Amino acid sequence: MISISVQEQDFDTGEEYRRLQQAGSGVNNTDVGGIAIFTGQVRDLADNPLKFMRLEHYPGMTEKSLQQTAEQAAARWPVIDIRIIHRIGDLTPGQQIVFVGVSSAHRDSAFSACEFIMDILKTSAPFWKKEQHVNGDSSWVDAKDVDQQRAERWQGGD
Amino acid sequence: MKVLFFGSLREQLGIGELNTALPDGVETVGQLLANLQAQGDEWKLALGSGNVLFAVNQDMVGENTPVSDSDEVALFPPVTGG
Repeated sequence: MISISVQEQDFDTGEEYRRLQQAGSGVNNTDVGGIAIFTGQVRDLADNPLKFMRLEHYPGMTEKSLQQTAEQAAARWPVIDIRIIHRIGDLTPGQQIVFVGVSSAHRDSAFSACEFIMDILKTSAPFWKKEQHVNGDSSWVDAKDVDQQRAERWQGGD
Repeated sequence: MKVLFFGSLREQLGIGELNTALPDGVETVGQLLANLQAQGDEWKLALGSGNVLFAVNQDMVGENTPVSDSDEVALFPPVTGG
Protein backbone atom coordinates (compact mmCIF):
# COMPACT_ATOMS: atom_id res chain seq x y z
CA MET A 1 0.00 0.00 0.00
CA ILE A 2 1.19 3.50 -0.82
CA SER A 3 0.54 6.40 1.56
CA ILE A 4 1.57 10.01 0.82
CA SER A 5 1.30 13.08 3.07
CA VAL A 6 2.33 16.67 2.36
CA GLN A 7 1.88 18.60 5.59
CA GLU A 8 3.05 21.46 7.80
CA GLN A 9 3.04 19.44 11.00
CA ASP A 10 5.89 17.28 12.24
CA PHE A 11 5.85 13.48 12.05
CA ASP A 12 6.74 10.78 14.56
CA THR A 13 9.29 8.43 13.02
CA GLY A 14 8.66 5.77 15.70
CA GLU A 15 4.96 5.77 14.99
CA GLU A 16 5.54 5.57 11.24
CA TYR A 17 7.97 2.67 11.78
CA ARG A 18 5.40 0.75 13.84
CA ARG A 19 2.80 1.27 11.10
CA LEU A 20 5.21 -0.19 8.54
CA GLN A 21 5.72 -3.21 10.84
CA GLN A 22 1.97 -3.73 10.97
CA ALA A 23 1.35 -3.23 7.24
CA GLY A 24 -2.01 -1.70 8.05
CA SER A 25 -3.33 -4.81 9.81
CA GLY A 26 -2.95 -3.58 13.40
CA VAL A 27 -0.69 -6.49 14.31
CA ASN A 28 2.88 -7.20 13.30
CA ASN A 29 2.79 -8.46 9.74
CA THR A 30 4.97 -11.55 9.49
CA ASP A 31 5.43 -11.11 5.72
CA VAL A 32 7.62 -8.09 6.49
CA GLY A 33 11.27 -9.08 6.65
CA GLY A 34 12.86 -5.65 6.49
CA ILE A 35 12.06 -1.96 6.77
CA ALA A 36 14.25 0.80 5.32
CA ILE A 37 13.67 4.36 6.53
CA PHE A 38 15.27 7.62 5.46
CA THR A 39 14.59 10.91 7.21
CA GLY A 40 15.93 14.29 6.16
CA GLN A 41 16.18 17.36 8.37
CA VAL A 42 17.19 21.02 8.09
CA ARG A 43 20.96 21.43 8.31
CA ASP A 44 22.40 24.69 9.64
CA LEU A 45 25.11 26.54 7.72
CA ALA A 46 28.31 27.28 9.62
CA ASP A 47 29.31 30.31 7.51
CA ASN A 48 25.85 31.92 7.35
CA PRO A 49 23.55 30.59 10.10
CA LEU A 50 19.95 29.84 9.24
CA LYS A 51 16.97 31.35 10.97
CA PHE A 52 14.65 29.02 9.10
CA MET A 53 14.08 27.30 5.76
CA ARG A 54 10.85 28.05 3.89
CA LEU A 55 9.49 25.16 1.83
CA GLU A 56 7.15 26.09 -1.00
CA HIS A 57 5.35 23.55 -3.19
CA TYR A 58 2.84 23.13 -6.02
CA PRO A 59 -0.33 21.84 -4.34
CA GLY A 60 -1.87 19.02 -6.34
CA MET A 61 1.18 18.28 -8.47
CA THR A 62 3.27 17.51 -5.38
CA GLU A 63 0.99 14.69 -4.26
CA LYS A 64 0.65 13.41 -7.83
CA SER A 65 4.42 13.40 -8.35
CA LEU A 66 5.11 11.56 -5.06
CA GLN A 67 2.39 9.02 -5.81
CA GLN A 68 3.89 8.35 -9.27
CA THR A 69 7.37 7.92 -7.80
CA ALA A 70 6.07 5.47 -5.19
CA GLU A 71 4.19 3.53 -7.90
CA GLN A 72 7.36 3.32 -9.99
CA ALA A 73 9.23 1.93 -6.97
CA ALA A 74 6.45 -0.60 -6.28
CA ALA A 75 6.54 -1.73 -9.92
CA ARG A 76 10.30 -2.18 -9.82
CA TRP A 77 10.82 -3.92 -6.46
CA PRO A 78 8.63 -6.38 -4.49
CA VAL A 79 7.75 -4.02 -1.65
CA ILE A 80 4.87 -4.34 0.82
CA ASP A 81 4.22 -0.75 1.97
CA ILE A 82 5.58 2.67 1.00
CA ARG A 83 5.10 5.72 3.21
CA ILE A 84 6.22 9.22 2.13
CA ILE A 85 5.81 12.36 4.26
CA HIS A 86 7.12 15.76 3.15
CA ARG A 87 6.73 18.88 5.22
CA ILE A 88 6.09 22.40 3.91
CA GLY A 89 6.22 25.85 5.52
CA ASP A 90 8.91 27.31 7.78
CA LEU A 91 11.32 24.82 9.36
CA THR A 92 14.19 25.66 11.70
CA PRO A 93 17.59 23.90 11.80
CA GLY A 94 17.26 20.39 13.24
CA GLN A 95 13.59 20.03 12.30
CA GLN A 96 12.52 17.09 10.16
CA ILE A 97 11.64 17.68 6.48
CA VAL A 98 11.07 14.32 4.85
CA PHE A 99 10.30 10.68 5.72
CA VAL A 100 10.52 7.76 3.30
CA GLY A 101 9.81 4.28 4.67
CA VAL A 102 9.59 1.01 2.74
CA SER A 103 8.72 -2.44 4.05
CA SER A 104 9.55 -5.58 2.12
CA ALA A 105 10.23 -9.28 2.54
CA HIS A 106 13.97 -8.71 2.07
CA ARG A 107 16.40 -5.88 2.71
CA ASP A 108 17.68 -5.39 -0.84
CA SER A 109 14.32 -4.27 -2.24
CA ALA A 110 13.60 -2.12 0.86
CA PHE A 111 17.00 -0.37 0.59
CA SER A 112 16.77 0.12 -3.18
CA ALA A 113 13.17 1.36 -3.24
CA CYS A 114 13.85 3.81 -0.39
CA GLU A 115 16.93 5.23 -2.12
CA PHE A 116 15.17 5.38 -5.50
CA ILE A 117 12.23 7.31 -4.02
CA MET A 118 14.53 9.88 -2.39
CA ASP A 119 16.62 10.32 -5.54
CA ILE A 120 13.58 10.80 -7.79
CA LEU A 121 11.83 13.02 -5.23
CA LYS A 122 14.86 15.36 -5.14
CA THR A 123 14.68 16.03 -8.88
CA SER A 124 11.00 15.73 -9.76
CA ALA A 125 8.75 16.60 -6.78
CA PRO A 126 7.80 20.29 -7.03
CA PHE A 127 9.27 21.70 -3.81
CA TRP A 128 11.47 24.79 -3.55
CA LYS A 129 13.57 25.80 -0.54
CA LYS A 130 14.38 29.35 0.45
CA GLU A 131 16.90 29.99 3.21
CA GLN A 132 16.20 32.82 5.64
CA HIS A 133 19.44 33.70 7.39
CA VAL A 134 19.98 35.05 10.90
CA ASN A 135 21.66 38.15 9.40
CA GLY A 136 18.47 39.03 7.50
CA ASP A 137 19.54 37.81 4.06
CA SER A 138 17.51 35.26 2.16
CA SER A 139 18.39 33.06 -0.79
CA TRP A 140 16.75 30.36 -2.91
CA VAL A 141 18.52 27.03 -2.72
CA ASP A 142 20.05 25.99 -6.07
CA ALA A 143 19.46 22.52 -7.48
CA LYS A 144 22.61 20.38 -7.39
CA ASP A 145 24.12 18.51 -10.34
CA VAL A 146 24.88 15.57 -8.04
CA ASP A 147 21.16 15.14 -7.34
CA GLN A 148 20.46 15.00 -11.09
CA GLN A 149 23.23 12.43 -11.51
CA ARG A 150 21.87 10.29 -8.67
CA ALA A 151 18.39 10.32 -10.24
CA GLU A 152 19.73 9.49 -13.70
CA ARG A 153 21.65 6.41 -12.56
CA TRP A 154 18.28 4.69 -11.90
CA GLN A 155 17.49 4.88 -15.63
CA GLY A 156 19.75 1.89 -16.18
CA GLY A 157 19.39 -1.38 -14.25
CA ASP A 158 19.07 -1.75 -10.47
CA MET B 1 -5.51 28.98 -19.79
CA LYS B 2 -3.99 29.09 -16.35
CA VAL B 3 -0.24 29.69 -16.03
CA LEU B 4 1.37 29.19 -12.61
CA PHE B 5 4.80 30.33 -11.41
CA PHE B 6 6.70 28.95 -8.44
CA GLY B 7 9.83 29.54 -6.38
CA SER B 8 12.25 32.22 -7.52
CA LEU B 9 10.25 32.74 -10.76
CA ARG B 10 7.11 33.65 -8.80
CA GLU B 11 9.15 36.01 -6.65
CA GLN B 12 10.93 37.71 -9.57
CA LEU B 13 7.72 38.15 -11.55
CA GLY B 14 5.69 39.20 -8.52
CA ILE B 15 2.80 36.93 -9.56
CA GLY B 16 1.93 33.32 -8.89
CA GLU B 17 -0.90 32.88 -11.35
CA LEU B 18 -1.85 34.27 -14.73
CA ASN B 19 -5.21 33.64 -16.40
CA THR B 20 -4.90 34.32 -20.09
CA ALA B 21 -6.09 33.16 -23.49
CA LEU B 22 -3.71 30.90 -25.37
CA PRO B 23 -1.61 33.42 -27.37
CA ASP B 24 -1.82 33.30 -31.16
CA GLY B 25 0.74 31.00 -32.71
CA VAL B 26 1.55 29.18 -29.46
CA GLU B 27 1.26 25.41 -29.79
CA THR B 28 3.86 24.08 -27.35
CA VAL B 29 4.91 24.90 -23.81
CA GLY B 30 8.31 26.05 -25.14
CA GLN B 31 6.55 28.52 -27.44
CA LEU B 32 4.49 29.75 -24.49
CA LEU B 33 7.73 30.44 -22.60
CA ALA B 34 9.12 32.40 -25.57
CA ASN B 35 5.87 34.37 -25.77
CA LEU B 36 6.04 35.25 -22.06
CA GLN B 37 9.72 36.24 -22.34
CA ALA B 38 8.68 38.81 -24.94
CA GLN B 39 6.22 40.51 -22.54
CA GLY B 40 8.87 42.88 -21.19
CA ASP B 41 12.27 43.21 -19.56
CA GLU B 42 11.35 41.65 -16.22
CA TRP B 43 9.77 38.68 -17.97
CA LYS B 44 12.86 38.20 -20.07
CA LEU B 45 15.06 38.46 -16.98
CA ALA B 46 13.03 36.01 -14.89
CA LEU B 47 12.29 33.48 -17.64
CA GLY B 48 15.35 33.81 -19.86
CA SER B 49 17.84 31.85 -17.76
CA GLY B 50 17.48 28.69 -19.86
CA ASN B 51 16.81 26.86 -16.60
CA VAL B 52 13.00 26.82 -16.55
CA LEU B 53 11.09 23.57 -16.04
CA PHE B 54 7.55 22.95 -17.30
CA ALA B 55 4.50 21.10 -16.06
CA VAL B 56 1.31 20.69 -18.06
CA ASN B 57 -1.71 19.58 -16.04
CA GLN B 58 0.63 18.76 -13.13
CA ASP B 59 3.00 16.47 -15.03
CA MET B 60 6.57 17.55 -15.69
CA VAL B 61 7.08 17.70 -19.47
CA GLY B 62 9.57 18.72 -22.16
CA GLU B 63 9.43 21.98 -24.12
CA ASN B 64 7.84 20.39 -27.21
CA THR B 65 4.72 19.29 -25.33
CA PRO B 66 1.52 20.70 -26.86
CA VAL B 67 -0.61 23.13 -24.84
CA SER B 68 -4.25 24.10 -25.26
CA ASP B 69 -6.46 26.81 -23.84
CA SER B 70 -7.92 24.44 -21.24
CA ASP B 71 -4.53 23.42 -19.78
CA GLU B 72 -2.96 24.32 -16.46
CA VAL B 73 0.68 25.14 -17.24
CA ALA B 74 3.33 25.75 -14.59
CA LEU B 75 6.79 27.28 -15.03
CA PHE B 76 9.37 26.89 -12.29
CA PRO B 77 13.08 26.61 -11.52
CA PRO B 78 14.73 23.21 -10.85
CA VAL B 79 13.18 21.66 -7.73
CA THR B 80 14.97 21.50 -4.37
CA GLY B 81 12.86 19.38 -2.03
CA GLY B 82 13.89 16.46 0.18
